[in-house]
Amino acid sequence: MDILTFAFMQRALISATIIGTVCAVIGVYVVLRGMAFIGAGIAHASFGGVAIGITLGVHPLFTTILFCLATAWGIAFLSEERKVREDSAVGIFFASSMAFGVLLIGIMKGYQADLFGYLFGNILAVSSFDLWSSLVIGALVIFVVWLLFKEFLLFTFDPELARVAGLPVKMLNLLMMSMIAVTIVISIKSVGIVLVSALIVTPAASAYLLSDDFKKMMLLSILIGVGSTWTGLLLSVWLNLASGPTIVMVATLIFFICYFLSPQRRKLQRDIEELKVEVKEK
Amino acid sequence: MNDIIIACEHLCVAYQDKLALENITFNIHRGQFWGILGPNGSGKTTLLRTMLGLIEPLSGTVSLFGRAPRQLGALRDKIGYVPQYAQIDFNFPLRVREMVMLGRSRKIGMGKRAGADDWRAVDQALARVEMTDLADRQIGRLSGGQRQRALIARALALEPDLLMLDEPTAALDVGATEGFYEWIHHMHRQMQITLLLVSHDVGVVSRYVSAVACLNKRLVAHGLPQEVLGRETLEGMYGCDAMFFRHGDVPHMVVSTPGHDHSHKHPHS
Repeated sequence: MDILTFAFMQRALISATIIGTVCAVIGVYVVLRGMAFIGAGIAHASFGGVAIGITLGVHPLFTTILFCLATAWGIAFLSEERKVREDSAVGIFFASSMAFGVLLIGIMKGYQADLFGYLFGNILAVSSFDLWSSLVIGALVIFVVWLLFKEFLLFTFDPELARVAGLPVKMLNLLMMSMIAVTIVISIKSVGIVLVSALIVTPAASAYLLSDDFKKMMLLSILIGVGSTWTGLLLSVWLNLASGPTIVMVATLIFFICYFLSPQRRKLQRDIEELKVEVKEK
Repeated sequence: MNDIIIACEHLCVAYQDKLALENITFNIHRGQFWGILGPNGSGKTTLLRTMLGLIEPLSGTVSLFGRAPRQLGALRDKIGYVPQYAQIDFNFPLRVREMVMLGRSRKIGMGKRAGADDWRAVDQALARVEMTDLADRQIGRLSGGQRQRALIARALALEPDLLMLDEPTAALDVGATEGFYEWIHHMHRQMQITLLLVSHDVGVVSRYVSAVACLNKRLVAHGLPQEVLGRETLEGMYGCDAMFFRHGDVPHMVVSTPGHDHSHKHPHS
């Protein structure tokens, strides 16, 4: 427990709580709208933003936010026009932003350890600035979700009815894409570009398996998200493992536990067993 | 009682370079129960979606309550819409009561929570469709007929003057379909709202509605079902020789008549 007295460890635990919560909340919409690939796409695209920041000598947070927002809006715009399918749009931005980032590193002189730190993240290296910025941005995301809870729910459940009801669906879509983008940006320092989409998708997908109610799904998702980041972080320190991958593995393990515990699955199992009994009796 | 709720004038709608609706002109008056009928691909759903402002017409006009669909503003609160069953994800983690509340979103207002009045309207809508005891059930655990009624309750939660339903019996079997139309007919008489229903079920629907519009991209005929639904109209709709089996004045079932050989077959099957 001595480790908890270190400032870096306290920062890591606070960061784990913030990103565990925000990713889990946004993840609910990502999972229910079937946008897991968009999350992965925007996350990988952030590599370009990080590279620009490091090249210009600006804190990568600012350039990455701008870069990810532009990517999210680009995907939304291209798929809104219906000339390009959404997954194709994601695929194009995904690869081109990564390529752009790698090219930029090539042009830069010398080895950029920082840049690779962003790829897999290191929650133990989170600075006070990282922490405060993720707290402010995370709080903003949660506030918008709270404020437009009913609207985002309707838009996610039945976008057509949202249009018929005269809701500003384009604005809601852009807002949702922007929230996914900034959630990714505040998480990459801790869990890395490659793994952040798992933190968005896995807790929400686990909660989906256990929920018959939207609010319950969101609360469960937060519980599983924060549970995974805390457990993963503490395990990684204890076993001297990389923190990002440990967090993701814990979340994945929880997902499989939920899968086998899910009420639908249990009901299906019961039905099969009842059927077997009936067949035997005959 | 004779004021016009929906007016279509020379309405043409196209998908890319293909005309889906040609020169549609007819009016729907307050309190009427209309069936928009036609085979698959005849433009019924397109017409409904155009009325709702989801599709922009190529030419001509459509108006609801005297306004273009996209200029409805607060008048949207008067319109209840029940989409096709297949459009809804019933695996969504949502309970019936919450889903019905979502139908009232616009009236509640952006960024606001449902108040006591709103929940009262939701409960009334659930009572209207006889689903009060299922209010806390997850939507995926309802039967086909219950799901349809829950979607209708969602539209009724707005306390609309006009209710529009798109193929409401698509997921129901024959017995349940009859029961559903009996029920909606009864509800229409009780609530005295204007009802518009899209269906390919010509035979069943025509027994319950007060007026029909028969579509096959063009408006083949419209008016009282017993006057409109003759052999000519059916031929115009289905593009083949067809006729009705009737019980007295009431058309019962459409059958194709190849060489006037009365086989018991639906022309669109």
